[in-house]
Amino acid sequence: MHSKRLCLLALFLGGCIAGYLLLGARGNWAFVLPFRGNKLIALLLVAIAVSTATVLFQTITQNRILTPAIMGFDALYVLIVTILVYLLGGQVFLQLPAVGQFVFNTTLMLVAALALFGSLLTRARGDLMRMILTGIIFAVLFRAITDFLQRMIDPNEYAVIQISSYARFARIEVELLAIASVLTCAALIATWRMRHRLDVLALGPDAAINLGENPQRGMFQALIIIAVLVSVSTALVGPMAFMGLLVVSLAHMITPTASHAVLLPSAALISAITLVGGQFVLERVLGLSTPLIVVVDVVGGGVFLILLMRGKRR
Amino acid sequence: MIIVTDLSHKIGTAPILQDINMTLEKGGVTALIGPNGAGKSTLLSLIARLVPIQTGRITVDDLTIGACPTDVLARTLAILPQVIDTAPLLSVRELVGFGRYPYHKGRPTAEDHAKVDYALETFQLTPLADRRLETLSGGQRQRAQVAMTFAQDTDYILLDEPLNNLDIAASRSLMAILRDLAATHSRTIVIVLHDINYAAAYADQIVAMKSGQIVATGSPEAIVTDRLLQDVFQTDPKVHCLNGKMMVQV
Ligand SMILES: Nc1ncnc2c1ncn2[C@@H]1O[C@H](COP(=O)(O)OP(=O)(O)O)[C@@H](O)[C@H]1O
Ligand SMILES: [Mg+2]
Repeated sequence: MHSKRLCLLALFLGGCIAGYLLLGARGNWAFVLPFRGNKLIALLLVAIAVSTATVLFQTITQNRILTPAIMGFDALYVLIVTILVYLLGGQVFLQLPAVGQFVFNTTLMLVAALALFGSLLTRARGDLMRMILTGIIFAVLFRAITDFLQRMIDPNEYAVIQISSYARFARIEVELLAIASVLTCAALIATWRMRHRLDVLALGPDAAINLGENPQRGMFQALIIIAVLVSVSTALVGPMAFMGLLVVSLAHMITPTASHAVLLPSAALISAITLVGGQFVLERVLGLSTPLIVVVDVVGGGVFLILLMRGKRR
Repeated sequence: MIIVTDLSHKIGTAPILQDINMTLEKGGVTALIGPNGAGKSTLLSLIARLVPIQTGRITVDDLTIGACPTDVLARTLAILPQVIDTAPLLSVRELVGFGRYPYHKGRPTAEDHAKVDYALETFQLTPLADRRLETLSGGQRQRAQVAMTFAQDTDYILLDEPLNNLDIAASRSLMAILRDLAATHSRTIVIVLHDINYAAAYADQIVAMKSGQIVATGSPEAIVTDRLLQDVFQTDPKVHCLNGKMMVQV
């Protein structure tokens, strides 16, 4: 039953991709296709990174409301970029090779995420309200510090931050895309190899230990993958508060299962359909310039509120 | 053989277990009894490495808890904790199937499927096999959890109040299955029981705990007496002997 639904989702995504690449292209195909192709790859990378990071996070925290974005992971990445620009100066920062810059940011992100969230997730496990509160406080704090630093940076350098953390598909460097693809693929392979262990970890720490899995180790591995995936998506399009929640909630509705072998691809397909299809409809069909993220966040925010009101944790 | 040596445990500064020494021979049903808060669950959690050991030492056969690889232990010892949070969206068959995970690590063989079917059959869950756990009654869900522990097929089985939510038929049938496992497959079963009558009727040996200490160990005839119940539980029910089995009048 699930494999049929996955096939349908894949077909639908294929349609979205074809429409996005081909429809309304006027003039020189040799110019249009590579341009759109790069944008498409970026959209797909972001979509899969966000959905996978969200599934991983929900599995290790055993709930269906929290996501990395709600817990402030995206804000943490922007803060790290801001601190670097502040310390090094925008010009120095820009002169670093794009790949080196990105790898450096991601490494810092990894360390910070493990330090901040590693102990929180161990201690506050099962205490949803405490996690939500801490997450909100983290996110607000990260944004406040980011804001403060950005005010102290002169406007030219501020533009550097916007370029490196809110690219919003406007300007995608091929080089960045290549390294982002490599990192995402590595993270996805690691996640896929963990899929059976994730099924066990989702049963809760006691059951996982009884079955011979170490929940602590699983959680740290998942946090590392999440940090990499959030770095990729934030570097490419900037923070997206509720996108992960939206697509994973949809995946739970369309393919209701506890098996990560189904849930991971299902969430990734739905996420890709949301981004590619949404971008296609907004850009080509409606001709709107509203950023897609805004629309997705409004809908996703609604879902967050509904889930919170219904008190449906799992 | 499970050997517990000089085991003490604290939460914060509160002592939960003090100097526990206990040897459980291989094969047989041991019932752990004692008032609420005596430390029974804590003791089982420590043996099953759900909680790290603070002081003392526990060995199961030649495996030292805390030092041996956790996935090796998962093929030797299984625990059914008192409080279980079940993941959503699982069917009964999927849950019982997890009992085989220590052997197949996600890639079940025909043998694993057969053992799951056998566990479902044993606990009369076959008609419910494809139902979601959240659609079952508390007792049916408890039976599914016990079936998963059974499917894990280990020499040592620790059960923390497994009779919770079970009706008299399911309780008696579970106890009979445990007896059979101990008698014919020389499995070692440690079970926390609140109903002394079940302990007296089905256990080979009873261990009585109170305030973090073991106060008595022995056969049901030796343990289930007016004096000991008075001493351990601070209440005075009458004990009768019926057909050689001790019975507490409630
Ligand atoms: N997280 C905790 N913090 C403080 N005390 C605890 C905690 N968990 C259990 N205890 C205490 O440990 C004692 C033993 O608990 P437990 O092993 O669950 O008892 P039993 O299973 O025999 O009813 C109890 O007195 C209980 O109050
Ligand atoms: Mg208990």
